[in-house]
Order: sequence, then structure tokens, then C-alpha cells
Amino acid sequence: MTANVTIRIQQADFDIAQEISALTKGRTDVGAVVSFSGICRGREGGETIAALTLEHYPGMAEAEIMRHAETAMSRWPLTGVSVIHRVGRITPGENIVLVVTTSQHRQAAFQAAEFLMDYLKASAPFWKREEHAGGTSWVDARHHDDDAAARWTKS
Amino acid sequence: MRVKYFAWVRERVGKAEETVEPPPGVQTIEDLMAWLAERGETYAYAFETPRVIRAAIDHAHVKSDAVIAGAREIAFFPPMTGG
Repeated sequence: MTANVTIRIQQADFDIAQEISALTKGRTDVGAVVSFSGICRGREGGETIAALTLEHYPGMAEAEIMRHAETAMSRWPLTGVSVIHRVGRITPGENIVLVVTTSQHRQAAFQAAEFLMDYLKASAPFWKREEHAGGTSWVDARHHDDDAAARWTKS
Repeated sequence: MRVKYFAWVRERVGKAEETVEPPPGVQTIEDLMAWLAERGETYAYAFETPRVIRAAIDHAHVKSDAVIAGAREIAFFPPMTGG
């Protein structure tokens, strides 16, 4: 069977169980399911965050995530990949991003999920703006996200 | 060609997108940023530190020495903070 691939960018929240079910339903070749979800935290440094607003580059965001998914599928034997990234205003405790990978055996699903998150962090065109007591400010990109993505190129 | 701006680059420039016609001497992304910076104060402010600005041509990341000829859409934005 071919791999199921779902890439979505949306304002609405996602249901992790539902997304997993969509990848496993009707298949008997899935032995491993790995999911990662990123959640909006309520504090950054010493400050309370009231909300995050996520901006994205429509068209490029989908294309870039699909490129990452295709790379993951060429590197690991996956039976499915789902990436859902929310945009718009998100408050602490809410979901931001979901990555689900499925494979016959667990190593591929674990590694591909981590790879996809590292690449999402480093190169998917989204930008976070934080609302806190002092006003709003753009979150700065972190070097360690670029480093995390770079380690996947050493084979 | 269409140029799009995102995040604080957009805020500084004051617009989300526009169509531009750079002269023949403007060949690379780096050249384009320098040329845009000349358009006015808001642009100069947006592009004051070109090395922190990232670029994409037709929805793919490119480096500052990328050639712009033939591009339909070029985007400028800060380092990304998705995921």
C-alpha cells in the first residue's frame, strides 16, 4: 500500500486521536505510530504569555512541509505522515502543531517524527508573535533549531 | 515581479506585497534588498541588517547570491519560528 500523507494548515484545533485513526484505519501494515504535538506555553523566560499569533506564508508553507514529508518518506520506510500546523491566535495550553508518523517498525516512525519537527522548526515559513504584559513582540528564531535540523544531514 | 513581506519585515516596510521592476543591474537577492532599501525610509529600516533577512523565490528558500531573473514571486522574511 502507498503511504498516507496529510499536510494541513488551519486555524481550527485538531484532534490527535482522529488524525492517528485516519492513518491507521483500513491498514494492516502499521505496527508503530508516533505522534508529537507542540503546545503553547504560558511562560517564556520570566514573562507570562497571554497568547501567540502565528503568521504564515500561504503556498510556501504547504510546499515546504510537503518537501520535508517527501524527504522523510525517502529516508525511512513510512506507511503514513500527517503534519497539521495551526495559524492565527493561540492561547496557552492550546495545540500549535501535530506530527504523526507511522511505519511497520518503531525506529522509522520515531526518527522521522523527530526529523520532521527539527525541519519544521528550522525552515517552515511561520512566525510567532507573543502577547505579554509589556505589549507584543516577535519571537526570535533560535540557533539550536538550525543546529537540530543540520544534524540530520550528517549521515 | 511580485514581492511579499512577512512578520516584522512587513511591519517595517508598511505593506504585505507589491509589484516591482528592478533595473537590469539588480541580479541577485542581495542586489534586490539593496535596491529596495533605497525606495524610502521604511524600506531602509526593514533592510537595515540584510544578513538577518531570509528570502524565497517561487516558494523555495534561496541564499542571498541567488539570481532573481525569471522569478515570479520573491518573499522576504525574518528567520522562521514555526513548529
